[in-house]
Amino acid sequence: MLEIQNLSLSVSIEGRRVEAVSAVSLQLEPGRVLGLVGESGCGKSLTAQAILRLGEHQGVSKTGGDILLDGSSLFDIDQAALRKIRGGHIAMIFQEPMTALNPVFSIGSQIIEVIRLHLELNKKQTEQRAMQLLQDVGMQDVAQLLKQYPDALSGGMRQRVLIAMAMAADPDYIIADEPTTALDVSVQKRIIALLLNLQKQRNLGLLLVTHDFGLVAELCDDVVVMYAGQIVESGPVMEIFDHPAHPYTRALMACRPEVFEAGQALQVIEGQVPPPGRWPQGCHFAARCPLRKKDCEQPVAATAWQQGEHSARCLHVMQS
Amino acid sequence: MSVLSVEGLSKTFAAGGMFRANGKAKRAVDDVSFRLDTGETLAIVGESGSGKSTTARLAMRLLQPDTGQICWADEDVSAMAGRALRQRRHHIQMVFQDPFASLNPRMKIWQSVAEGLRVHRPGLSRQQQRDRVAESLHLCGMDDSGMDRYPHQFSGGQRQRIGIARALIVEPAVLVLDEPVSALDVSVQAQILNLLQDIQRQRGLAYLFISHDLSVIRHVADRVVVMFSGRIVEQASAADLFEHARHPYTRALLAARPVTHPNERSSESCEYDSEGEGEAEQGCAYQPRCPNAATDCAAFDGQLVDEGYACLHPVEFLQKHSPQSTQRAQRKAEEKQHQ
Repeated sequence: MLEIQNLSLSVSIEGRRVEAVSAVSLQLEPGRVLGLVGESGCGKSLTAQAILRLGEHQGVSKTGGDILLDGSSLFDIDQAALRKIRGGHIAMIFQEPMTALNPVFSIGSQIIEVIRLHLELNKKQTEQRAMQLLQDVGMQDVAQLLKQYPDALSGGMRQRVLIAMAMAADPDYIIADEPTTALDVSVQKRIIALLLNLQKQRNLGLLLVTHDFGLVAELCDDVVVMYAGQIVESGPVMEIFDHPAHPYTRALMACRPEVFEAGQALQVIEGQVPPPGRWPQGCHFAARCPLRKKDCEQPVAATAWQQGEHSARCLHVMQS
Repeated sequence: MSVLSVEGLSKTFAAGGMFRANGKAKRAVDDVSFRLDTGETLAIVGESGSGKSTTARLAMRLLQPDTGQICWADEDVSAMAGRALRQRRHHIQMVFQDPFASLNPRMKIWQSVAEGLRVHRPGLSRQQQRDRVAESLHLCGMDDSGMDRYPHQFSGGQRQRIGIARALIVEPAVLVLDEPVSALDVSVQAQILNLLQDIQRQRGLAYLFISHDLSVIRHVADRVVVMFSGRIVEQASAADLFEHARHPYTRALLAARPVTHPNERSSESCEYDSEGEGEAEQGCAYQPRCPNAATDCAAFDGQLVDEGYACLHPVEFLQKHSPQSTQRAQRKAEEKQHQ
């Protein structure tokens, strides 16, 4: 199991250290798809990247909590062990398929690099595995493809190559950060189907970072909603869609154009997400919340409202 | 009244660049015609490379068409150039996709917004310019306190409002919106879509709305043009298109929309899109991906049938309601019963 426990992260803004992720806890089990949802600037990508300790060179530092892979901390290990974990146990798929591949190396050499790093195979086996991986993600003419360079591929094909690379060393967990946002709609659907297939076949734990509730509806078993650095709601996907509890989750779901009749004015959330460093003492969403009361000025516990596995950081949940 | 009409537009780009010296020329836009009336929203849908942005740039005369005619308010501007063209550019203005890239970071907001005035309303004093800017910002839901600030001090949604204010300041009749909300968060997206709708009602503006997001298009468009490989493959009123799309490509696009609720997940989501890639050189370009493709498609001339769809084997089965909307209706009924 991959477990994030009370993780807090700080970043540097204009020379000051400010908290950007605040006591986030979540669990990802093999065979499950967990959606981490929120708007830009809510800390979802920082949280996801922290799992592989990717932000450390960009000034993101851990100020509290821990991340455990099968019970042992990912922060206690040295760089060599971390390299084995990256790709070997936990792999990552990025948003931008246009920039995630190196343009001056062939597709083959980039996949083979990952296989060599993690598996002890001879040259022939390595090449066969590379071709098998590309076939698994639905690519054709794979022998030819190995010799090609990224610029010869469309966005959807590059994303498939990246997924193949992520699968190269048979990881147990995949972190996918907005894997379809940069793609055309018709291609998005195919990539979603592919991810879901691989996840089921290989019993992967998939952490899907997204701002798109449509993607959550398509893929996820469980959902965690973040707002301004905190988890504000978490629960099984059906619960979240049928009975969203936190006013932020409700507002976010209600402003999607597809839930409105054509031409009708869309519901909006007034105001903006407060940036790190400007979070209020109490509920982070209070300033934009229609249910705000006096007691919202005090810090609110993550499980202030709870019903089975479904919980929300809100004192005034109205159940529909 | 027609504020923009184009007839038989075509544009071919020479394949160039250092690495592809012998590449073939790419026909980006091929025989495209449409008209846009006052107060109307025409959406152009298509995937990357379908020619939708090129079409918009041709209609704005930012690119020179190889053939075809472009009329702004019934005046032929196809061959116009230089000063004459520049003086008419206030008729049609553009809002770009990326609010982070489309404002000059070294110019104050009011200077960016006022730029159009220098060409189209010369002779205004600085104060008059600033008044116009304030007015335009107000129209876009911004107060004038930000006029002397720089773009980095604003959020994505605010920058998009500034981009709209900049386009509106010269009082255009047509606004070209190239993916105006696809870089924005869903909550901000809703604010901008509402704003665009308000402005259209107040001013009677015509919108040429370019997007690949069908949920957004369904929301804003009166009519929709679907493009594939540089050609119009289907055109219809928005209501008709979403209920009775005939072209297999349109059906594939509609089927690819994400579901709105997890209990609508389906396994046969790609039924109108086979796994093929690429575009055919002869006849209908959609052949390699089309589930209905037949031998005669290679000889198809691409002309619209009944002014609606360019296909020899259109989707025959007309569902009154898509499975999604039926399920949604059922769920609503069930919810009512619960209450």
